[in-house]
Amino acid sequence: MAKVLVFIDNPGQALKKASLELLTIARSLGEPAVAFNGELHDDVAATLAAYGVQTLYRPSVADLDDYLVGPKASYLAAAVQTADATVVLTENSAEAKETAARLGIKLGAGVITDVVAVDPDGTAHKSVLAGSYLTTARATTPVAVLTVKSNSVTQEPAVTGTAPATVTVAVPETATAASARITARSDKAASGRPDLAEARIVVAGGRGVEGNFGPVEDLADALGAAIGASRAATDAGWIGHDAQIGQTGKTVSPQLYISAGISGAVQQKSGMQTAKVIVAVNKDAESPVFEIADFGIVGDLFQVLPQATEEIKKRRG
Amino acid sequence: MEETLKIIVLVKHVPDAQFDRHLTGESNTTDRSESILSELDEYALEAALQLIEARGGEAAGNKVIALSMGPAGAVNAVKKSLQIGASEGVHLSDDALAGSDAAATSLALAAAIRHLGADTPADLILTGMASTDGETSLVPAQLAERLDLPQVTFAASLEIDGAKLTARRDGDAHADTIEATLPALVSVTDQINNPRYPNFKGIMAAKKKTITTLSLADIGVDPAHVGRSGSWTAVESAEARPARTAGTIITDEGDAGIKLVDFLAAQKLL
Repeated sequence: MAKVLVFIDNPGQALKKASLELLTIARSLGEPAVAFNGELHDDVAATLAAYGVQTLYRPSVADLDDYLVGPKASYLAAAVQTADATVVLTENSAEAKETAARLGIKLGAGVITDVVAVDPDGTAHKSVLAGSYLTTARATTPVAVLTVKSNSVTQEPAVTGTAPATVTVAVPETATAASARITARSDKAASGRPDLAEARIVVAGGRGVEGNFGPVEDLADALGAAIGASRAATDAGWIGHDAQIGQTGKTVSPQLYISAGISGAVQQKSGMQTAKVIVAVNKDAESPVFEIADFGIVGDLFQVLPQATEEIKKRRG
Repeated sequence: MEETLKIIVLVKHVPDAQFDRHLTGESNTTDRSESILSELDEYALEAALQLIEARGGEAAGNKVIALSMGPAGAVNAVKKSLQIGASEGVHLSDDALAGSDAAATSLALAAAIRHLGADTPADLILTGMASTDGETSLVPAQLAERLDLPQVTFAASLEIDGAKLTARRDGDAHADTIEATLPALVSVTDQINNPRYPNFKGIMAAKKKTITTLSLADIGVDPAHVGRSGSWTAVESAEARPARTAGTIITDEGDAGIKLVDFLAAQKLL
């Protein structure tokens, strides 16, 4: 049976939804193993066992987080060899993709990013050119490295749990030689809202919010949604760059995307047009966003959003 | 370390995202007939130009080389870079490169970068954060791996003092300050600067600048190691997703917020 290695960088206190989805995919492809970096809390270990992980790999050194990408790829390459894995799965974040990129070169393995589904034979499905094409791709090498987007499968524990053994993988001493060092790190405040990349619902604001994200935040909180923004809004400094959706920000595929005060230029569309349902509110009837909206409202977001928020609260009693 | 910089900026000729883009041919590669310099590479070029201008520019011995790999048309990305201000251009072009994936692309570019640094190695390789067509962001990291250079990717700021490089990288959960020693590979985000446009003087000056064309033979790469045969991934099928069409558009008559909620309820999204 194929060995499938899932990379989980700093699992933290509890596994993220994206990690659980990767474990679920790993089980559908073969025998799952996990290579992690950072601390392993008891709750996380228990979840990994419940998801049927056979073996846990940990690095021999504790300072991988002090460097950018390169040393993590060295560790992972050693873990793949120790585990004799033929498929490696990581999440689709910027850093995970870069780790996958370097791992691919180290192992002579094909890397496929932005994967939305994996067939049991290893064929990967992805959408390209901003969601305008769906393609299938395969790694033609003995090892395949796939970075998988969130919300691609429904997470599911294994029928029978496991009691995985932990194996320490020796990280080569040369791993950090030609690496950029992270000399300072400032943590960003957690919003308490769902992670933008994983959220089922996204409410996004653009130039039209004119510096006031209040109505967007209120509607998002009524819906349990994450908050996104167009580049115009992040460039204006109204909201952090990590909320940016589009070509140079995040690509999201939620069940529902509510766009408020965003014209919908092609760079913004490329980040959200694979959403299942799109709702747009904009004063300008000529906004391109209306070309792709399932439900569009030509109107003032400062009227429409608060009214909708109140109505949702009322209906939920 | 002397205070002059030799910078290679990677520029890509990509289909203009303002128009419909298509995959064509047996291996589903991108149709490049309506192509432009990748918007995201303009930030890398601007960062390079600002670095050399702060050191006295070309007159003081600094140099920005725009390197593009791609079919004949890709020379236009090099020409545009020269108009914006690059010192010289290099076009890596060979029929055998067609269909290269990220791994094969990074192999060819690494060889070209070594070739261009045969006499004086480059201090800095600068790239955009992603191409606007493939959008994988794999090539910068793979180049760093192949060239054994420190990787400083997604830089939102970049400073160089002697041989020391400092950059800021904005992640989702944290912002990092990153340090590395030159030579290094840096990819920059769209947050780093506001790229300049080519002006008339730049357009005229570009006509006198050199564009060197390199083949795989020139850079010592076996054609079997690139293109479709040298790629480690293959696209097996491609299907155009039906274009989204507009749904119901209403004009607010005072109750649009309620109609919005009605719509969500009907879609079972509440």
